[in-house]
Amino acid sequence: MVKNLRERMSPTDIVMWSIGGILAILIVWGTASTIIKGTYSARHWIDFVIFGLAQGSIYALIAMGYTMVYGVLRMINFAHSEVFMSGPYTAYFFAAYFHRSGLLDSHPVISLVLVFLVSMATSVMIAVLLERIAYRPLRGAPRLVPLITAIGASFFLQYVFRGLYGSGFQAYPVISALEGQFTLGPIRVLKFQALVIVAAGLLMVALYQFTQRTRLGKALRSVSEDKEASALMGIDVDRMISMTFMIGGAAAGAAGVLYAIMFKQVHFFMGFIPGIKAFTAAVLGGIGNIPGAMLGGIFLGLVESVGPSLFLDGLGIVAPYQLKDAIAFTMLVLVLIFRPSGILGERLAVKKA
Amino acid sequence: MDTTSTKEFPGLRLGVIGGVCLVLLSLIGMVHAFNQREIVSEVISMGQTLLLFTAAFVAYMAAVRTRPKAPGRILAAAVTAGVVMTALLALLVLIGQTVNMRQVFINASPALFNALLFYQENFGAGAALLLLAGAAVGFFTGLLHLMPALVRRALITGLCSLAVAGMLQDLIAPVLSAWGPFAPIGEWIFSGNGLSVSGALTLFILIAGGTAAWTAKGDTVRHKVIRMEAGPKRRLKLAALMAAALVLIVLPHALGLFLSEVLTIVGLYILLGLGLNIVVGFAGLLDLGYVAFFAIGSYTVAILTSPEIGRFTMTFWQALPFAIIFGVIAGVMLGVPVLKMRGDYLAIATLGFGEIIRILVLSDALRPWLGGAQGIGKIAKAQIGEMEFATPQEVYYLLLAGCILVGFISWRLRDSRLGRAWMAMREDEDVAQAMGINLVATKLLAFATGAGFSALSGAIFASKIGSVYPHSFNVMISINILCVIIVGGMGSMPGVVVGALALVGLPELLREFAEYRLLVYGAALVAMMLLRPEGLWPEATHQRELHDSTEPAATPAAGAAAAPPG
Repeated sequence: MVKNLRERMSPTDIVMWSIGGILAILIVWGTASTIIKGTYSARHWIDFVIFGLAQGSIYALIAMGYTMVYGVLRMINFAHSEVFMSGPYTAYFFAAYFHRSGLLDSHPVISLVLVFLVSMATSVMIAVLLERIAYRPLRGAPRLVPLITAIGASFFLQYVFRGLYGSGFQAYPVISALEGQFTLGPIRVLKFQALVIVAAGLLMVALYQFTQRTRLGKALRSVSEDKEASALMGIDVDRMISMTFMIGGAAAGAAGVLYAIMFKQVHFFMGFIPGIKAFTAAVLGGIGNIPGAMLGGIFLGLVESVGPSLFLDGLGIVAPYQLKDAIAFTMLVLVLIFRPSGILGERLAVKKA
Repeated sequence: MDTTSTKEFPGLRLGVIGGVCLVLLSLIGMVHAFNQREIVSEVISMGQTLLLFTAAFVAYMAAVRTRPKAPGRILAAAVTAGVVMTALLALLVLIGQTVNMRQVFINASPALFNALLFYQENFGAGAALLLLAGAAVGFFTGLLHLMPALVRRALITGLCSLAVAGMLQDLIAPVLSAWGPFAPIGEWIFSGNGLSVSGALTLFILIAGGTAAWTAKGDTVRHKVIRMEAGPKRRLKLAALMAAALVLIVLPHALGLFLSEVLTIVGLYILLGLGLNIVVGFAGLLDLGYVAFFAIGSYTVAILTSPEIGRFTMTFWQALPFAIIFGVIAGVMLGVPVLKMRGDYLAIATLGFGEIIRILVLSDALRPWLGGAQGIGKIAKAQIGEMEFATPQEVYYLLLAGCILVGFISWRLRDSRLGRAWMAMREDEDVAQAMGINLVATKLLAFATGAGFSALSGAIFASKIGSVYPHSFNVMISINILCVIIVGGMGSMPGVVVGALALVGLPELLREFAEYRLLVYGAALVAMMLLRPEGLWPEATHQRELHDSTEPAATPAAGAAAAPPG
């Protein structure tokens, strides 16, 4: 048995597994000593989890766009983070106007819905234009070409919006209806966090049902399975690809407003970090897999918010919260090494890149 | 152009698209910002030139796409496009003068609208002028399209060179005036702000004439050189090489301090690009975390030489080998985990590695060793005897030596057994393995070599700047380097130089437009990938592949290249 194992493992495998083992031991050790030290009470942990859920559901919504586009075109849409930024930034002017006119306080639901609609419409428009102008002429080009195009488009969009709306941070208006918190026994949830979690959850369920239950959704899935065969079945592939970008854009636009509500500001560069995180989430869940993106997003949000205190504090590391991004990326690399298909994905596991 | 109907009149549709582009250019503030500078003194400003070239391009497209190709229809289409475009611009001005758009669009200022109306007080008069200008642009581009190819080419090249000369006046004018015999020429061509009218005319005639002559006679000259006998040909090559070497040696002194600084930045990117070219261009391993090795090189030199950390006090030259060795070790260490990954997954994993390293350096946890967010200062300069490499003009030689060394190594590697193994692996890993190539060793060697070059570049960077900060090593650097080698042409070493000059050098020269630097850069990347995906100076095999796999007649140039000569 031992001999058999030795034959199957190459030296690099052994190195990899030992690195993995060391990390696992460190994590267990850190967790145990954090809990023994007891710096954080149960109340803290619940706060961390709820913040992580809210953060994670935003990642999950953005990740849908990455994963769907990857599923259909096999390309990383680097400019998706700018699709995400364009919506809330444009909607900001509406939100500010509603705030000044008092509508935001007197009719919070109507004005919020309007803000969401504006944001989603803008993001959808940018996403569709992006696909039409930058990506469609490149079908069938070598893989690096659309990647570079996406990077270029990302710069371009960032600076177009900077030119249009200015380079400063804009403070999103505070919505008085979302101030305060709910208390359920020991659990307390800030109202805006509750809105973020519920809204993102509803949208994700709706999008998932759309892809599973409707004819259009079926066509979308078939295009991501096999473009030629779908075309032969009478599906308009180009239209479906546009549709993919529209759905991804809508999800990103909604996520953008939620992000703006949570962090209270918009900026032309705001898409970059959430974009990379959401992409990580998509890979974690198994890229090309829609439920996987949701799961990956929420998982990533949780690990980011709980992880630094749980794993690192016990190891005596100074200011562990600074390392939350390092935890996210370490997790990404580990998943890619040990389970490249992601948590849920299996379709692309042996796919040759 | 792929419509089924043979009749087409795209003037209106393209006019609307072009008009939207012009409105966007105005609203993002480019027109107003560029109006500060004149291309031809007192005649046309740079903002106007920008609008003019955009409008002319769109009108030209309208002329090209018109079917059937009757001269009347072509002219009509181009004029329609021109008028529609300027009409949209006039509409923008009208809206802007009635409602205040500045709360949303910060650049929609009265000054912009005033400039768009050619500084007329009255909206009617200004709009009429604007529409007239649109019609004129359309008419002349339509005429241009109807002219014989030779004349068209000469005129277009002449006009574009005028625009470039005007844009780069801050570069050209000081260089000309610093050189005794050229000073009067410079004074004649350039007036205080922009080209002088007479200078512009002369330049235009010279360049247009030159282009026409080269188009007519260029082929015979080229054939003569190709048919030359071996002896004279080698002497010609040697002479060209010597001239190039001489130019490279005197360059920083001829160009002055600022341009030397630009050259050193370009040099750093050439070094980095040559290294990444081995990983991505030769071996086909898409690495987005390349900046990590640059950081490792910089930080090794910083820690070993800086008194601020105070653990070691080495000189630059003592620290340099350690920097390269650590870079190579890091390359292997980061290479092992990603051995089995391909394509996009490799890109993501390396991106993750790069970010992890940056975050670790930035963190307070490692601050006693790495300096945290404050970085490390007082890094030793390189010294040979009494000479210290401190100013850009001196660092330039350090970089030149580095580039020549790295260029030579990668040139020899490319043609070696290892280089062929890399390229085989790039084309198809499975086949390469079946042919007996040891994939593990080959991949790790590629990572290690690339990382070593990058660390060398990082070491020079650290000693040039004198201090290192974690913020200098973000993922944008990796992406920039990748873009440099892709724009230059994957796997092509001259391409790296061309790419670095175009993507790093040009934006540095146009620094005063800093706000729009990355915008133009992004648009150029997209346009480049759409129009010339093989890069500016492609490797021969790569170009063939790209143009065989796509439609052979996609562009007229590709069609001509694919057709057998004669």
